[in-house]
Amino acid sequence: MEPIQSITSRTVVLPRTDIDTDQIIPARFLRTTSREGLGKQLFADWRYLPDGLPNPDFELNKPAAEGCKVLVGGRNFGCGSSREHAPWALLDHGILAVISSEFADIFRSNALKNGLVPVMVDDTTLQWLIANPGVEVTVDLATSTLQLPGGRLVAFPLEPFARYCLMQGVDQLGYLLSKNTAITAYEKRRA
Amino acid sequence: MSAPKTLFQKVWERHEVVPETADTPAVLFIDLHLIHEVTTPQAFTILRERGLAVRRPDLTLGTMDHSTPTRTEQVFGGQAFTIASAANQVRQLETNCTEFGVELMNLTSDKRGIVHVIGPELGATQPGKTIVCGDSHTSTHGAFGALAFGIGTTEVGHVLATQCLLQTRAKTLAITVSGKLRPGVSAKDLVLAIIGKIGVGGGTGHVIEFRGEAIRALNMDERMTVCNMSIEAGARAGMVAPDETTFAYLKGRPRAPQGADWDRAVADWRTLVTDPGATFDREVAVDASSIEPMVTWGTHPGMVAAVSGNVPATSDDPVFSRALEYMGFTAGQKLSGSPVNVVFIGSCTNSRLSDLRAAAGVLKGRHIAAGVQMLVVPGSQQIKKLAEAEGLDRIFTDAGAEWRESGCSMCLGMNGDTVGKGQYSLSTSNRNFEGRQGVGARTLLASPLTAAASAVRGVITDPRELMQDR
Repeated sequence: MEPIQSITSRTVVLPRTDIDTDQIIPARFLRTTSREGLGKQLFADWRYLPDGLPNPDFELNKPAAEGCKVLVGGRNFGCGSSREHAPWALLDHGILAVISSEFADIFRSNALKNGLVPVMVDDTTLQWLIANPGVEVTVDLATSTLQLPGGRLVAFPLEPFARYCLMQGVDQLGYLLSKNTAITAYEKRRA
Repeated sequence: MSAPKTLFQKVWERHEVVPETADTPAVLFIDLHLIHEVTTPQAFTILRERGLAVRRPDLTLGTMDHSTPTRTEQVFGGQAFTIASAANQVRQLETNCTEFGVELMNLTSDKRGIVHVIGPELGATQPGKTIVCGDSHTSTHGAFGALAFGIGTTEVGHVLATQCLLQTRAKTLAITVSGKLRPGVSAKDLVLAIIGKIGVGGGTGHVIEFRGEAIRALNMDERMTVCNMSIEAGARAGMVAPDETTFAYLKGRPRAPQGADWDRAVADWRTLVTDPGATFDREVAVDASSIEPMVTWGTHPGMVAAVSGNVPATSDDPVFSRALEYMGFTAGQKLSGSPVNVVFIGSCTNSRLSDLRAAAGVLKGRHIAAGVQMLVVPGSQQIKKLAEAEGLDRIFTDAGAEWRESGCSMCLGMNGDTVGKGQYSLSTSNRNFEGRQGVGARTLLASPLTAAASAVRGVITDPRELMQDR
């Protein structure tokens, strides 16, 4: 995982609530044994027409979405299944942060483990971002703030451990493995 | 005397290897790790890349369910899978389990089935355990008073390598269900009504404890249906405190404690209740006696109404009109009498023996409507055998339904059992998201009773209309 300090990008906005993981990547694409290359299947049923060509009306296909690293989605983003293919697909497409007013628990946990930053903001800020697609924002990890045009800062929650892992590019398995002595002691106590 | 604790708190504290601090999450020990073919290949790749072993193969159990075919000739006849990538995923799981020494219920095993059906069936699911799986419906196992939740593939790797997870403690939500469910109203209707009430994000960040006389009156299959769909309210997990019903279900099961160990275990399990005076972060009250058979009309499980009711005339849900357009419904339209093309009885929500009995009770001596396709997919090979011993399979096939081998099947269509574009599927599964059962498929979630009644009439039907003469 690459260390992340901050992300500055224009936003691409999906103005829908309850965007579930079946939309982020449909189940028929989970028959893979790899985590690579899922970006082309991101939002597949919204993004492509039945003939396989890009749907020109879908937000991610519009010219303005080109190169956007920050996705804005409605409340309860990532609800549904535990598939980590959802953050894998977003990252592979080039999305590095998602802004919403609420994230589903498993999606948020999966996102943090892969360097996709979930930015939870209040509803007023979210509605402003939805109403103003394409604005440039900066997600800053050290201060856990989202900077809006004009310099206004909005704080978002980020646990210290998750922040440390994102900023250092540390994967959490190494930390868990370092607790081996405590795990062994626990196993002995329970046996 | 120590402070009163909730059931969740008790189970959590038993599993803290390293407690949570202001700077670091807790290291939580996992008692049972269930694995399947879809969400594990990339986790085993991580183990290989880092030269790690599976720390506790004795606490790890594999099955194959999501991608597996349900046609007998493909499961037992050696006929090729319809989808090559599905076959590859199954082979990969076999290789991984062999190489890492993990027990696997393979394709032809008589103990194979949906991961959340076989854990309880084997008695591996027990009160007080921490249970995880790379599948959001792991919440099912909370019906036994276990703390059970879905995890991502990176976390599957964490558990394989360390038998532990990094977790921050969830908040608690008590849902107290008073009164009694009326005849023809099932646990599925109850949980759909609860999701309709609190919303699909209503449980986010929380572990739900289902309490009250209506929950106590449910059998284990029904409690599993309720806990299964906790995740559809966004909850991290759902739990029911264990009681005599729980113990009676587990006693004698192959992986439940035996002899003196059983008595010791039950004595311990009896302590796994929320203490009087313990407080929850939130509480919600529901009256079971006011609930009717329910059916979803939209594109998430919170878009739900009574079968006898209507699609709402208006809604403040910003995706309301989009959902109606996808479903081909109009605002305010009556639900009963609306056409159904496909009926699916199955999934980790409603594929257990009592679900099949309920559906068969409606179908006995009847035939499904012309033009309706009906698939009945038992949750496990054991359930299939028990159902056949009772003659349920004949009732289904005589009625014109297809009787299949176990698996997730049409719940998410990964194995090729899909619903066609624009078709209405009355399904006992758990998710009615756009495209969930196939590209453009329109899913209507309901109970096995409602599914069977709707299959007979070919339209959405209140099951009580077909139960009056029984």
